[in-house]
Amino acid sequence: MADEYEQNHVHEVYQQIAGHFSATRFKAWPIVERFLQAQAPGSVGLDVGCGNGKNLTVNKDVFIVASDRSENLARIAIQHQPHSTVVADILQLPHRDAFFDFAISIAVVHHMSTPERRVEAVAEILRTVRRGEGSEPGGKFLVYAWALEQKDSRRGWDKGDPQDIMVPWVRKSKSDQGQEKTFHRYYHLYEEGELERDIEQAGGVVLESGYEKDNWWAIATPKPASTSASASAS
Amino acid sequence: MKVITANFVTCAVKECKTTATSFPLHFHDAELELQEVDFQPEFIRNVIPRIDWEGLRTTANELGFPSLPETKPEGDELTNEQTLKDLHRLLLETQVMEGKLVCGTCGHAYAIKEGIANFLLPSHLGKFRIEFRS
Repeated sequence: MADEYEQNHVHEVYQQIAGHFSATRFKAWPIVERFLQAQAPGSVGLDVGCGNGKNLTVNKDVFIVASDRSENLARIAIQHQPHSTVVADILQLPHRDAFFDFAISIAVVHHMSTPERRVEAVAEILRTVRRGEGSEPGGKFLVYAWALEQKDSRRGWDKGDPQDIMVPWVRKSKSDQGQEKTFHRYYHLYEEGELERDIEQAGGVVLESGYEKDNWWAIATPKPASTSASASAS
Repeated sequence: MKVITANFVTCAVKECKTTATSFPLHFHDAELELQEVDFQPEFIRNVIPRIDWEGLRTTANELGFPSLPETKPEGDELTNEQTLKDLHRLLLETQVMEGKLVCGTCGHAYAIKEGIANFLLPSHLGKFRIEFRS
């Protein structure tokens, strides 16, 4: 079963490596930073799969309900004021429909192990974001996923390589007398255009998308409630 | 978990979300703690319009706080420093450290431990439709 697979090859690994993982991640990526800074003061948003909470330091004028599947990471993320952190599953978010002004999910959906679950994850986040109505634009959702096309990276994958892979995480810890321990996390590497296709399948409209530092990203909004198909801008 | 957060969460069970009784979730056996957070009057003023006031009144009441005004403060009322300070204390500085959040529709109780609420569902609630008793 896909959820058991992710339990063993994603959730359990993050529980184990939370401390070391967190210590290697300090700063929000530039497009994430720009997106969060562009949100109006007093906006309320979500950070789904917040990890150690590095994106919670960007904007203190908005309120973010951050969530992670790993309780150990949620415990690290909770320190960032004025925001809040809970433990939740991306496919069953504890949030009302069409409420939030913005949402981010950075390097998370690539841990879902089937095409259906990846689309479902995007759909579940879009469900929580405000829908546009008439001239009032909807809330925005920024999503990042690891790219297949990254031949200049340390990993060196490129178009044509397998997309479903196990990526090692090597942890050296003092408690193991300096012994190295290797964990494997499951990833789905997105090919060009795949993230946009998933968003559309999930009922979203892609507003902007691109490639940054070995990742594909996209900004999406839920399809407006009254869809007069011709009304959307190019 | 901050009191403000209760205003932005509901039951994780899909079928509950469309029911009026799933929001707000109800605190049970809540242990509170006051944790200082920098007071930013502007932040409170900006975020109040996004608060579901009825929901907040219910939550505050269940946690044993004196009744909030019946209507949400707006306009000039949001320039009153004391009002903003009181709201800051309630929304951001009051933490529920231990206890449960209970859905008024399905009755599921989400545990709060060391200040973190856990919304992961047991598999029988997540995967299958559940039937509600009337």
